Amino acid sequence: MDLHFSDAKPTAEERRAVDAVLGAPASAWDGAEQRSARDGHVAFAGHAARAQRHLLLPALHALQSAVGWISEGGLTHVCTRLAVPPAEAWGVVTFYGLFSTTPRPGRVLHVCDDIACRARGAKPIMEALEQAVGPAHEAPDGDAVQVGDAAWVRTPCLGLCDHAPAALFTVAGDAPVERSVGPIAPDDAVQAVTQGHLPEQPRRPHPQDGDASLRLLRRVGSVDPTDLAAYEATGGYQALRRALELGPDAVIREVVASGLKGRGGAAFPTGRKWEAVAGQAARPRYVICNADESEPGTFKDRVLLEGDPFAIIESMTIAAFAVGAAHGYVYVRGEYPLAIARLEEAIERARTAGWLGGDVGGKGMHFDVEVRKGAGAYICGEETAVFNSIEGFRGEPRNKPPFPVEAGLFRKPTLVNNVETLANIPSIVLDGGAAFAKIGTEESTGTKLFCLCGAVERPGVYEVPFGATLGELIDLAGVPAGAGVKAVLLGGAAGMFVKGDERDIALTFEGARAAGVTLGSGVIMVFDERADLVDTVLRIAEFFRDESCGQCVPCRVGTVRQEEALHRIAARRTLGGLQSELHLLEDVGAAMKDASICGLGQTAYSAVESAIKRLGLLQEISR
Amino acid sequence: MFLWGANPRENHPIIYHHILKGIHNGVKLYAVDPRRTPSAQWADVWLGVNVGTDIALANAMARVIIHEGLVNEDFIARATTGYDAYRSAVEPYTLEHAESVTGVPADVIREAAITYAKAKRAVICWTLGITEHHNAADNVFALINLALLTGHVGRYGSGLSPLRGQNNVQGGGDMGALPNKLVGFQDPLDSDIKTRFEQAWGVTLPDHYGWNVSQMFEAMHRGDLTGMYVIGENPAQSEADQHHARKALEGLEHLVVQDIFLTPTAQLAHVVLPAAASWCESEGTVTNSERRVQRVHRALTPPGAARDEMWIVAQIAKRLGHDWGTPQAEPVWDEVRRLAPNMFGGMSYRRLEELNGIQWPCPDESDPGALFLHGRLWAEPRGGKPAPFTPVEYEPPVEMPDADYPFQLTTGRRLDSYNTGVQSGGYASPLRRREALDLAPEDAARLGVADGDMVRITSRRGSVEAPVHVEPNMRAGVVFMTLHNQDDVRVNVLTIDATDPKSGTAEFKACAVRVEPLGQTAVAGGH
Amino acid sequence: MSARARKPMVELTVDETVVSVPEGSSVLDACRAVGSDIPTLCFLETLHPVNACRVCVVELEGSRVLVPSCSRRAEQGMRVKTDTPRVRHSRRMVLELLASSVDLTTAPQVADWLEEYECAPERFGPTAPPADAGDRDARVAGHHAAPDPAVAATVDQPVKVDNDLYVRDYGKCILCYKCVEACGTDHQNTFAIAVAGRGFDARISTEFAVPLPDSACVYCGNCIPVCPTGALMFKTERDLRDAGNWDESRQHVTDTICPYCGVGCTLELRVQDNQVVRVTSPLDHDISLGNLCIKGRFGWRFVENRRAASDGAR
Repeated sequence: MDLHFSDAKPTAEERRAVDAVLGAPASAWDGAEQRSARDGHVAFAGHAARAQRHLLLPALHALQSAVGWISEGGLTHVCTRLAVPPAEAWGVVTFYGLFSTTPRPGRVLHVCDDIACRARGAKPIMEALEQAVGPAHEAPDGDAVQVGDAAWVRTPCLGLCDHAPAALFTVAGDAPVERSVGPIAPDDAVQAVTQGHLPEQPRRPHPQDGDASLRLLRRVGSVDPTDLAAYEATGGYQALRRALELGPDAVIREVVASGLKGRGGAAFPTGRKWEAVAGQAARPRYVICNADESEPGTFKDRVLLEGDPFAIIESMTIAAFAVGAAHGYVYVRGEYPLAIARLEEAIERARTAGWLGGDVGGKGMHFDVEVRKGAGAYICGEETAVFNSIEGFRGEPRNKPPFPVEAGLFRKPTLVNNVETLANIPSIVLDGGAAFAKIGTEESTGTKLFCLCGAVERPGVYEVPFGATLGELIDLAGVPAGAGVKAVLLGGAAGMFVKGDERDIALTFEGARAAGVTLGSGVIMVFDERADLVDTVLRIAEFFRDESCGQCVPCRVGTVRQEEALHRIAARRTLGGLQSELHLLEDVGAAMKDASICGLGQTAYSAVESAIKRLGLLQEISR
Repeated sequence: MFLWGANPRENHPIIYHHILKGIHNGVKLYAVDPRRTPSAQWADVWLGVNVGTDIALANAMARVIIHEGLVNEDFIARATTGYDAYRSAVEPYTLEHAESVTGVPADVIREAAITYAKAKRAVICWTLGITEHHNAADNVFALINLALLTGHVGRYGSGLSPLRGQNNVQGGGDMGALPNKLVGFQDPLDSDIKTRFEQAWGVTLPDHYGWNVSQMFEAMHRGDLTGMYVIGENPAQSEADQHHARKALEGLEHLVVQDIFLTPTAQLAHVVLPAAASWCESEGTVTNSERRVQRVHRALTPPGAARDEMWIVAQIAKRLGHDWGTPQAEPVWDEVRRLAPNMFGGMSYRRLEELNGIQWPCPDESDPGALFLHGRLWAEPRGGKPAPFTPVEYEPPVEMPDADYPFQLTTGRRLDSYNTGVQSGGYASPLRRREALDLAPEDAARLGVADGDMVRITSRRGSVEAPVHVEPNMRAGVVFMTLHNQDDVRVNVLTIDATDPKSGTAEFKACAVRVEPLGQTAVAGGH
Repeated sequence: MSARARKPMVELTVDETVVSVPEGSSVLDACRAVGSDIPTLCFLETLHPVNACRVCVVELEGSRVLVPSCSRRAEQGMRVKTDTPRVRHSRRMVLELLASSVDLTTAPQVADWLEEYECAPERFGPTAPPADAGDRDARVAGHHAAPDPAVAATVDQPVKVDNDLYVRDYGKCILCYKCVEACGTDHQNTFAIAVAGRGFDARISTEFAVPLPDSACVYCGNCIPVCPTGALMFKTERDLRDAGNWDESRQHVTDTICPYCGVGCTLELRVQDNQVVRVTSPLDHDISLGNLCIKGRFGWRFVENRRAASDGAR
């Protein structure tokens, strides 16, 4: 391509970081520092060069981890290496929240100020940091704030709501550090920023640790997640062996019979999805595990990835066998460094043991898995946005149809499943679909992981057979004596509020539907009598305005107008009175629901609407 | 697709759009060019040949195709003559020999040849990189031979595509503005044709061919040509070996120039006839690179004393004793259609408007025009005569670098400018920078010059000064300049007037120069 | 051209009327075939549909949400409704949201639609003052300043004038993506611009937001005619408009062929008072498909330099 590059050159560190990911450049035309005589007579560009576009995010991550930001020289070098137009690369870099495009200190503490952490002490942390080191380094209007060699920023939900208040600590350099921690105290936060020291904090055991009836969580906290032998000793890879014996069609039949529905929020029948991909003519096919869990209040996938990574890999292998895929990706959000590390280690060990590669399980099956890191965009949890992100583009959702089963990653048939969905596969294969279907209810089979957080005594992941009620789950997590539950947010920011006394709602797909709510990703966020729900609603509106990808008018502008109206109401500066503002919110919300490209816009008004109509919030605020 | 001595990304940008659509559909692109031009930067393989070594490359490719058993035997048998002589002629062009001549690695040449031969459909596109050489016609034959060898000609999606550089150079030739052809490429010395035209025009035509431009200049030097009527051309700046060319023009007894600007050629004239800008100030037709005749319309009124060009010519005719009245475009065109019916018979103005232009040949009004040529070679039985292989030998450019003139200068165009810049100099292009010498980084380092430093460039014919532009797409030993800014840098003072006797084109693409730093930096004011 | 085999047809129902269209047609094609007038902003026949504006949405039986008619493939048996309350509401809101945040004064047809759908963009409150030059280009994904209850945010900002040929007024940009597509794989493949940033802060940008002369832009101007709002405009046109001298009643458009290379693109010369003010090429001409290069688009100025010279204004 006839690309136009500025003169900016990479530093030695930047060049090293990029070469580590992409390998050494083949010629001066691909970015090698010296020109050879052969370079003067031949160059290979064209299709092969342009096919490297999907390596853009890994290369950008390398730069960000090495030097703490994406410089002009660094980006120009990446563009030279990958034949990517600089303007397009700029469009990608500026889309993702974890990439800094202005010089930023190498040491950064990302403090979560999202809805669960706000309820458990995020504000004192931020106040302490402001006092000690100054304002956050967000620079929304372009003013860079330098604080020596460290900075702090605010971040949306880190998926550590069970350990709230949480933070992500990143240190750039040749041996980059990335650690997510919680609960973090204000003093520890200040120390992390000023002195670069953050004490190690192992994850707390999940509340049901030791319960023998657990299925999805049975190894979490009790089996070393890095130990393949321990995994196999507790039944690991038995399911894959069985699947290889059964054959692809029989495996799919069991998944269909199980009645398993997607656990990411959309609840699509998993067996049907596998069938659809297997039935496509086009090749190659891909399997993607969607581990971009970013719904505020959700952390179940993180728990599974950190605690039982081999199970996910084995499940993906079974899925690949069933649908005829030779390559799989786990797309993990960039804010999950421990999960990424555990997965990469597990993949390495599985490969060494022959459970991945050219001859899986000695049965001639080809399958390998790669981890791809997200870079700070909630929208990349949308399955078609995952494709665009892996392919090296902005994480913008695509229009459907065509559906991923037909044309997904690289426009080929692709199976996308949530982490928790996949975690159910081994037991379905081993025990059979019918046995699985006996658990839970007829429409909602199996067990479900619920994320209890907020004003509960024992926040964490809870695994229960489908059929438990909201009240039962809240009781499992425990509400402090004397504290009343004012409201519960089901499904996260994209979900809806129910009143504190709606304990009888059955948390099944059908039960939720009957109650006029959806389970979503399984978030149960509890708000007690002290909670400032107006602040929560404003934070939700802020979240959607930040996370909208910006493609479509209803969501791009609608989320702005929604947030503005809510701020006017909260400030008691309504335009034409409260009813007029509620009417405006309703109008904008309806257009977002009906006409947005994807689920983000379609659900951006749900929580707000339920707060207004179900909780009667905002009615108290009148002009 | 082979772009061979062609840089359409800069010089035929909209054709490149069509090429890009092909590329996005999976077409594999090979670019043969001494420079890694913007066109070549899209290529799956850039073959950076040494200047003027195209015949060696083409013959070596042919030899590979023959030895690999990939020739299209059926096509050769049904549609060609002279294959045996051709096969013998290319036999000495081994891959090793071709690598040493062209500089392109043997494995690359081999792969290119095999891919071309095996392709279901393949096109070779060329422009001045092939034709601005002293052996231009031979270069073209070398490419034609490849197409005949593989049958990649005369079929939809396969063929030979010379890209015409100017909006109506095709049309000019089509209309008979050639010394040896009447309109529609008809031979003026053929007695039937001569008679038909003499009857139509009521005159006696000469019984010998005229002179092409190169022959005109030779005649001027001899003193045999003493008067000239130049219409819309600027030879004082566009001819090679500019000092020599100017002397010839200055020696004319009578020079008349018809143009829209007072160009340097016009400044030498005894009489200047200011003309309307035909493309937007008159009616008529032009013919593009795909043989499509399209309508030109008048959108603006010419300024001052500028007159319609047909009117000017008719006025001169009147003073020479022939009253043509006030010719209008359509009746003149209809006469063209009558006199060259095989090519233009079906191209009424009405049909040209309706169909957005028509590609010749279009003999009658029911004919939609011809999408591609030479389909007759595939017809059963074959239409017309077989196509001949024309064996050609590699010859280096006439003037190669040596101890005194160690650099090879090649010249060409850039995207935002055009020819001698008479038209394109008139708008504020943000892309434009001062005319500079494009120099490889290795040569800049060796000469001790950086971007913007002034150098003197000298050939056996003259000397100019220009700033340096360090250009990674150049190879060491080769330098490049355009002809676009000759009021600033008179590049054609350097070029050599080594002309192909068959085509009349000069070797603008190769001459030898030396480059000397002047120890100054260019004054800011470029870019 | 070679004769093409007749495509198979599909039959569907639009607003209770049965219509047949060739396979591969869009729902929009089918709607237009029955005379249904559906507004579009981000759609253009020569570009891949982005379906970002959502103004062309229609109701499709069996679909939970409304579907964009410009890109949805028409299929056998579909039942489409183009004028239901849901559809009208979404259309109205899309237009209101845009009109409240973008300067649509030079977008043809929009004024009529605002009236037809009874839009009230002022309902969102008085608009914020324009951003400073470069401000929006520096916005960071995932962070924004808390809204000021007194004003409604817009994309208003100073017009970018960094060359003599065309200007970019992103206060008029509705992010329809068409300029990016025209500069990208749909046509020009120069990739000088892309969408940068995210959400409401997304904007059209060069790398690092450098001025055009420092970017890959080759001034082909192929982004200009695809822009539906006049955000991209010939400098000649912008200067005339700013001076109040743009007068379409004194203009005519004449086709001719470009005087430069051998491609022979058709130039549609828009002329006011014997001066060229804008150049386009027909979208449906199979040589150019509406595209030109810098010389065809802007290289006609030499014609007027003679005029200036002959008028004595050398």
